[in-house]
Amino acid sequence: MSDKSIASTGSHEPDHEYSAGLATIAADAVVDPGMEPHRVRMTDKSKKHEKAAARQVAAFFFASIFGSAFAIYAYFAFPLTEDLGTVRNNTLWLGLGIALGLLGIGIGAVHWAKTLMPDAEVSEERHMARGSEEVRARAIEIVRLADSESGFSRRKLIRRSLYGALALFPLPAIMIFGDLGPNPGDSLRHTMWKKGTRLAKDPSGLPIKASDVTLGSVFHVIPEGLSELEHHKLEEKAKAAVLLVRLDPADLKESDERKDWSYDGIVAYSKICTHVGCPVALYEQHTHHLLCPCHQSTFDVTDECKVVFGPASRPLPQLPITVDAEGYLIAQSDFTEPVGPSFWER
Amino acid sequence: MAFMKKTPKANRRSPFAAILVMAAALALTGGGYAAVTATAEEAASNSSVYTAAQIEEGKKLFLANCASCHGSNAEGTSAAPTLIGVGAASVEFQVATGRMPGQASGPQLEKKPVQFTEEQITAMAAYVSTLAPGPAVPTDEMVAADGDSTRGGELFRINCAMCHNAVGAGGALTEGKFAPALKGVESRHIYEAMLTGPQNMPVFNDANLTPEDKKDIITYLKYVESNPSAGGYELANLGPVVEGLFTWVFILGFIIAITIWLGAKSN
Repeated sequence: MSDKSIASTGSHEPDHEYSAGLATIAADAVVDPGMEPHRVRMTDKSKKHEKAAARQVAAFFFASIFGSAFAIYAYFAFPLTEDLGTVRNNTLWLGLGIALGLLGIGIGAVHWAKTLMPDAEVSEERHMARGSEEVRARAIEIVRLADSESGFSRRKLIRRSLYGALALFPLPAIMIFGDLGPNPGDSLRHTMWKKGTRLAKDPSGLPIKASDVTLGSVFHVIPEGLSELEHHKLEEKAKAAVLLVRLDPADLKESDERKDWSYDGIVAYSKICTHVGCPVALYEQHTHHLLCPCHQSTFDVTDECKVVFGPASRPLPQLPITVDAEGYLIAQSDFTEPVGPSFWER
Repeated sequence: MAFMKKTPKANRRSPFAAILVMAAALALTGGGYAAVTATAEEAASNSSVYTAAQIEEGKKLFLANCASCHGSNAEGTSAAPTLIGVGAASVEFQVATGRMPGQASGPQLEKKPVQFTEEQITAMAAYVSTLAPGPAVPTDEMVAADGDSTRGGELFRINCAMCHNAVGAGGALTEGKFAPALKGVESRHIYEAMLTGPQNMPVFNDANLTPEDKKDIITYLKYVESNPSAGGYELANLGPVVEGLFTWVFILGFIIAITIWLGAKSN
């Protein structure tokens, strides 16, 4: 085919020889292999194949007609009712019908072009990035003409006021981005817990007695009063959520400064993973391991929730607890360190 | 695929061969998700008050089937924990789901065909409940799925979903342990599991989840079991990983197949 259709159709044929300058030209550069030999299609060789291809194209278009008609049918055949389950059938069949309607047209058109439309191969040479002298001169002429017709250089008032408008235009973005703040301040270091706050069940908010927490139990805990908050309830919960577990006191390994942070084997730890803040709540009763469902960080509840596996880099913060006069579990103070994942200032 | 034409040249591989192989592999992978089995087990007797004959029968069954690991006085051995104080609920859960008697040690004892009749299980539960006070089996009324499923759903998401998945499809724990799927599990066994905390599951005593809470949770689980998903095929409810995998493999595979076909020359 090379005799026939390899023709440059570019309108800007290079009319200059450019110097290679100081560029190094490799002597053994890969040689352009040229065009692949043209292979004649079956549809060009035999009438039978040509007719078959024409039927196939038509079949795709007919499939499209069927798909569109089916979509209309499906809309009525699978109506949306009060029952949520009907959404599935409605969207499924309507969607499949519309998909067939579009795909049939698309595939038919491509198949038509590939098998029946002319099979000539054409290549177009790339032209140089630099235009010809003629084109360059014409471009400069157009710019000058535009300047003289609009009076851009001449009319100082218009030009300067336009500069001012363009300079001011991006400034409202500052106000919008300003709303990303304010800085969190020290709110990342404090939670709702304070001395005397009762530990309450999530979601009911009922306080928990130490005697309720039997061996092997796990309680999902929020600070009492959280449900009554009017603002930022979820933000406070996200920081203050606690997991409460009772262990055999003989199993607990406590350092000296934390000896009085637990009550009769009951320990409370922040539920917010120190990796990226998922709720660490998968508690294995026998191994006393707490597992984070997101990245499998594992914490040992018997050993101050130190990390035994996974990407978390620090133990879960412990909430110091005790009981009040009525036997309810209360916090001795807030957490003594920030809960959750690391942040910049930490 | 009417546009496929076999070329007589043997050394030229059709671009559709790759697509066909890919499609076959995808079909096999997808089929794996379809395997969901759940066999309901026979419920044991509902009575919480046992006769002397039942207790006597239970003791015999215990000595014959359980004592080799749990000790002849249920005091426990190095192979198995004590059963003093575990209560009838624990016995019924472990035996009526087939987990006990255990067959082999492994990361976790799994559900298997039940080895005893209802009467035998009740008798064993009766005997163990005489050893020390412990959780009793629930009544039919306590496990009827006629509570508040909305409230049950909230309690389930707070207390259970982190291990058992938001709709009870189950999930993995560490070192081969797992939280089993809750579909098809009998209501009373769900109740007993919450009450007694079998294996690595924590205990949810009545102070933590009241009997009403437990009933609502059962109602929720039965609700999601019997209601079709509005969002289309559930992909075993395993969540975004499975959904993402499906999209990447099937949808992207389809797009790649179309792209290859668009770029291929016609024969």
